[in-house]
Amino acid sequence: MLREFAMPDVGEGLTEAEVVTWNVAPGDTVVVNQIICEIETAKAAVELPCPYAGTVGALLVEPGQTVAVGAPIIAIESAEAAPAARAPAPTEELGAKIGEAGKDGRVATLVGYGPRPGPAARRPRRSVPVVQESHGHELSGQESGFPEPARGGKGRGVRVGAVPLAKPPVRKLARDLGVDLYALIGTGSDGVITREDVAVHAAGRPTDGSQVAGIPPVTATGAGVRREPIRGVRKATAAAMVTSAFTAPHVTEFLAIDITATMALRDRLRGTRAYAEVKLTPLAFVAKAVCLAARRTPAVNAHWDEAAGEILYYDRVQLGIAVATPRGLIVPKVRDADTLTLHGLATALGELTATARSGRTPPADMAGGTFTITNVGVFGVDTGTPILNPGEAAILAVGAIKPTPWVVDGELAVRTVCQLALSFDHRLVDGEQGSRFLADVGALLADPGLALTW
Amino acid sequence: MSAPQAWTPATSVPEPQASRDHVVAGLKGTDEGGADLVQLLTPEGLRMADPRFDRFAADVDVPALQALYRDMVLVRRFDREANALQRQGQLGIWVPLLGQEAAQIGAGRAMAPQDMAFPSYREHGVAWARGIDPTELLGIFRGTDNGSWDPIATGFHLYTIVIGNQCLNATGYAMGQKFEGKVGDGPDAEATICFFGDGATSQGDVHEGFVWAAVYDAPVVFYCQNNQWAISEPTERQTRVPLYKRAQGYGFEGIRVDGNDVLACLAVTRWALEECRTGNGPVLIEAFTYRMDAHTTSDDPTRYRLADELELWKLKDPIERVRVNLVREHDVEQDFFDDVQAGSDELAARFRQFCTDMPPPAPDRMFSQVYAEPSPNVEAQREAFLAYHASFEGV
Repeated sequence: MLREFAMPDVGEGLTEAEVVTWNVAPGDTVVVNQIICEIETAKAAVELPCPYAGTVGALLVEPGQTVAVGAPIIAIESAEAAPAARAPAPTEELGAKIGEAGKDGRVATLVGYGPRPGPAARRPRRSVPVVQESHGHELSGQESGFPEPARGGKGRGVRVGAVPLAKPPVRKLARDLGVDLYALIGTGSDGVITREDVAVHAAGRPTDGSQVAGIPPVTATGAGVRREPIRGVRKATAAAMVTSAFTAPHVTEFLAIDITATMALRDRLRGTRAYAEVKLTPLAFVAKAVCLAARRTPAVNAHWDEAAGEILYYDRVQLGIAVATPRGLIVPKVRDADTLTLHGLATALGELTATARSGRTPPADMAGGTFTITNVGVFGVDTGTPILNPGEAAILAVGAIKPTPWVVDGELAVRTVCQLALSFDHRLVDGEQGSRFLADVGALLADPGLALTW
Repeated sequence: MSAPQAWTPATSVPEPQASRDHVVAGLKGTDEGGADLVQLLTPEGLRMADPRFDRFAADVDVPALQALYRDMVLVRRFDREANALQRQGQLGIWVPLLGQEAAQIGAGRAMAPQDMAFPSYREHGVAWARGIDPTELLGIFRGTDNGSWDPIATGFHLYTIVIGNQCLNATGYAMGQKFEGKVGDGPDAEATICFFGDGATSQGDVHEGFVWAAVYDAPVVFYCQNNQWAISEPTERQTRVPLYKRAQGYGFEGIRVDGNDVLACLAVTRWALEECRTGNGPVLIEAFTYRMDAHTTSDDPTRYRLADELELWKLKDPIERVRVNLVREHDVEQDFFDDVQAGSDELAARFRQFCTDMPPPAPDRMFSQVYAEPSPNVEAQREAFLAYHASFEGV
């Protein structure tokens, strides 16, 4: 008989997984526990052992495809006979209380018994209540056994299944973003509404994957289009950016500065013995300037705690550096960056980018930042309007360093110039504070000697 | 300078590679057991003489060593099967013991029938040694029951999920044994053994257990399987001194045994239980071993430890050294190993069949086994819940 193997939850509470590679092809003979494929989940890459012996009938999922837990991924023609019809689920416990004889005649000692005779009786899948404007049959709270949720009069009927299924953090996100959970159809297992569903809805697109009405996709299939599933770092980045963009009101300010003096200082330092082993990049100077300037404007190194109704001002700067890696954008942190010297910062930056590019940044190093620098200059770009790393108050983009015509003492000169762009969360950073901070960073880079005076 | 100058020069992506310091730190932390390590069987399968503990393994003849080998192979086999069953959606989670077979079989087989064991949640090998069929472990990990064996009849308490909690239970039980006069020189004297990991040693419960056991001279063996990793925390993040040396601070003896050497684990645990039965307890044993698989099936150890470390410990495999010893020093034939292999496959098939055939508990399970007496409140909730259940299609 043909048996299908459903995507298992290999972690605890995972909702989906991506099939990375298939180790078998249709027609192959497989044995029980033979590794048939590798999957990748939010937690780990895992090899799946085959549950049946037989011949592979079909692979139901393409490599690279992300499927929900419970979706069939492979069909196997097994030699075993089909199991008999499922036994009806017992309406009453077959056993009994400890010490009493149950209906099956056994005296209960403790919970749990051996397998009952007969085939496996897996619990049938429940139908997921789908939220609709009107229902053919509506259960009252009384009938469903649960009290009705108290809801504001939106003119909607009582819904079967009481409330939309979503985890508390997702509910909070929905509330923060002003998303009505009743308007969503969950894409998680059993119809649970996921963080992505809320984020996507908040971004103005329906959750079923179809395009916004009136804007047809350019091409649905065919040549000229490469389809790449949204997953991993890309997915995490998207969720973080959407959350940030729709939570914190962003303001971006720009400043072009003449950093000839900083570049000269850099050249002098590189010639010294202390910096012989260190790669001293202009980024290290920017990091140092940020730490010094943040001391004068604590608001940029802070966190808006909506739930607590508080603003947290940090003593230390946990400096995130946005790094482009083969897997996507990640933002590892330099810990207590404000306590480091220029030499220390340069060393830390070198290690951190090397670790990130090799894909070995531990998750702990990516969490808990308080300020981020994104280095768009590395791509030769002049400037940009960076989006805040969620939870942080400000982010600084540094553009490319270029020889540029510049007015010095009333005359045109060619100077080394770079543009800074600072985005900040206007809820806790005012224009005055943001402007002062940006001006401070600029002033330090224009004249590094100023640092002596602070 | 017409081209824009990059902030950081574009370099080719380096190969993912651990630094030399990483490797050295990892190996230093977890490889060598130190000079005090008790070892009767080297990783190469050589039987070493030990003046102190040889007499506790003197009765282990070839059939007995073969039995230990069979125990370890069978335990590893059903452990691997359970791991596969989790990957196939048949278990919610599994806690693998791979690599710790010797530490568990040695300790489990050292126990006398009247002794009591308090396990954590990874002690599948001890359960096996106490005569609990592996299928009895499945309900816990499939979420259909909370453990089905009788702790009194088997001398093996139910699994404790809370880390280190069982140290308190074990200490209390051992104090009871002492109060009831079950400690002494007679053949029916009793002792308790408590199993926990290196991570549990950072828990207050374990400390409290040590203190109480010490001041009450409780007949309890604290058996710490130091598998080097408390999920992702290495031992050096748990302690400054080797764990067995902590016992000194509490005033009892601590000893470190090669946890991958079944013979040494057997001998040292026999000695420790004997000490406890005769009133010289408590004792701390640190079985120095290695968790070769993940913490649980929900964990991915490649995120926090290096493959070099695993490769190193594979050379110290607990089963392989016994196999080599049996072949080299006792001329055991291939037939025996084939027979064990066949037996293990048979066990795995039975284990798998049992798992897939397990019936789901009825929906009213959560109401039916809470109170001994019926309660109108619970009864009403049960009715409402069953009605709710009946509202679904296909049930």
